[in-house]
Amino acid sequence: MGGAATIRLERDGPRAVARVAGELTLATTPPLWREVRGVAAACEEIDVRGVPRCDSAGAALLVHLRRESAARNGGRDAPITGAVAQVASMLAIVEDADVHPISPVAPPHEPDDGVFERVGGAAMRLAEAARGGLGYVGDVTASLAQALASPRTVRWKDAFLYMTRAGADALPIVALINVLMGIILAFQGVSLLGKLGFESYTPEAVSVSVVLELGPLMTAILVAGRSGSAFAAEIGTMTVNEEVDALRTMGLDRTRFLVVPKLLALLAMMPLLVVFADACGLLGGLLIGVTALDMTIAQYMAKSFEQLDLWGASQGLIKGEAYALSIAAVSCWRGLRTGNGAQGVGLSATSAVVSSIFLIIVCDAVLTVVFHYV
Amino acid sequence: MSDGPPPPEPAVRVTGLRAAFDGRTILENVSFDVRRGEVFVILGGSGCGKSTLLKHMIGLLHPAEGRVEIEGRDLTAARGAGRQSILSRFGVLYQSGALFSSLTVAQNVALPLEEFTSLPKEAIRSLVRIKLELVGLLHAADRFPSEISGGMKKRAGVARALALDPSILFLDEPSAGLDPITSAELDHLILSLRRVLGATLVIVTHELQSIYAVADRCIMLDRARRTIVAEGRPADLRDGSSDPWVRAFFRREVPEEAKP
Repeated sequence: MGGAATIRLERDGPRAVARVAGELTLATTPPLWREVRGVAAACEEIDVRGVPRCDSAGAALLVHLRRESAARNGGRDAPITGAVAQVASMLAIVEDADVHPISPVAPPHEPDDGVFERVGGAAMRLAEAARGGLGYVGDVTASLAQALASPRTVRWKDAFLYMTRAGADALPIVALINVLMGIILAFQGVSLLGKLGFESYTPEAVSVSVVLELGPLMTAILVAGRSGSAFAAEIGTMTVNEEVDALRTMGLDRTRFLVVPKLLALLAMMPLLVVFADACGLLGGLLIGVTALDMTIAQYMAKSFEQLDLWGASQGLIKGEAYALSIAAVSCWRGLRTGNGAQGVGLSATSAVVSSIFLIIVCDAVLTVVFHYV
Repeated sequence: MSDGPPPPEPAVRVTGLRAAFDGRTILENVSFDVRRGEVFVILGGSGCGKSTLLKHMIGLLHPAEGRVEIEGRDLTAARGAGRQSILSRFGVLYQSGALFSSLTVAQNVALPLEEFTSLPKEAIRSLVRIKLELVGLLHAADRFPSEISGGMKKRAGVARALALDPSILFLDEPSAGLDPITSAELDHLILSLRRVLGATLVIVTHELQSIYAVADRCIMLDRARRTIVAEGRPADLRDGSSDPWVRAFFRREVPEEAKP
């Protein structure tokens, strides 16, 4: 690397000479840039006899010094003298390259829109997105119908892979969350109902909340976080790598190829996960029930099932299927609409989860009202 | 030239390298030196382990046996700051450019300068401009990688590889995916870079045109034998090699034993 490089201003008869010494490289030049300002105004010549070697960073420094000096002395040039061959050739390259003005390419000027233009623009974009979304929903429906009509066209190998990832691999976290949810509900039930003297109704309160509402909901939120983001990131990366374009030019339907296996996998796994989640939720409630209330396991279980019937359980399963459909469809859509680059993939994964959870809550609200009147 | 005698150690020295994935050996007994200032080409058919060898030379893969030295320092054993200082001695041009997609071309070139030096902003701007001018890409400085052509990406990749004034430049299939003219321009650029910067170039390729145009010396790998089958000047290998497979490669023929 060589030792430190220096710039020293010296008088050589009538002339003020900036003497530069030492190897000028990327490693040695950084401190010298600060000294240029002090030397530039006075110097009339730049003597580089003491420089055995320089790289482009060193040459850039010399050129900078010379320009700075000319700028401060009304254009009077301070020639660079005494350069060895290597330094001279590097200087030639750098001077050649660096003559171009600092091209501050103006950032694209965005006209200041009035409030009408902005509202109008936003509305147009919304309409555009809605049209795209509707087209996608149509695509998915058609592909799903085709898959049901001729199951041989489905890529089952992919579907089974996603079933494992979204279903079996999710069991531990689904169990943990739902047991805790059951414990929390039972605890709240005991303390709240206890104030009213109805604490013996805790099992019913827990089982109804878990089976109709919280089991499917918590499971769906977990699936959105685990699988929705994965779907969006996977398809998004494929979009960025032009793999989706390759599918299209090969004449392969991207919906059938990329979306349907994921959709079927979630549809198949969600009911199983919901039943599992319900069981875990009830188990959590049971733990509190037998410890905080004086109930036997048999009593608690009997009371749990008192308010539940087949229709109640089916409501939870139907909700689960609606959630599964929403998660898979919107996550894949976000993936297919991925913009440029690695950041685009990140944005897609984020918006897949957010959109999934939004749709889950919307579905929940709609179905709850519908079931109430059915 | 006031340069003293060049340091004795070669730019790159590979000694007894064995490369293996999951216990399956891809290359073995690979030893060679890359001399300072030369254009050194690693040749071979598809799947012979060229890219694997390159990845070992730049430290992305760890050899199963043997070692890689960069300017006399062992890259294989280096850790931490020592490894970092070896890494800063070379630049790499990846096959597809590997530009960071969220940064403009100029920002891509500026990144290593900002991260590894304490140069002031104006110095970095000036150096970025120099590198981009060297590769003829100043006009595209503020474009994003997705907005420029394949050839421009390669040139931007060269500019980024040159950012820290490395003394060794590794190029992985520089002409892959380029038209003959762009590819010839890139060869020209590579040669002028060597003349100008005095850098050592290590190129992985299978483009015969490029090989004759740029190479001082080359080694040739063979998939079946899993090691170096020839070493020397390309023209000598074409005309004088005793190995029929090597001669066939240079003459673009089907080797004798493979003919029906």
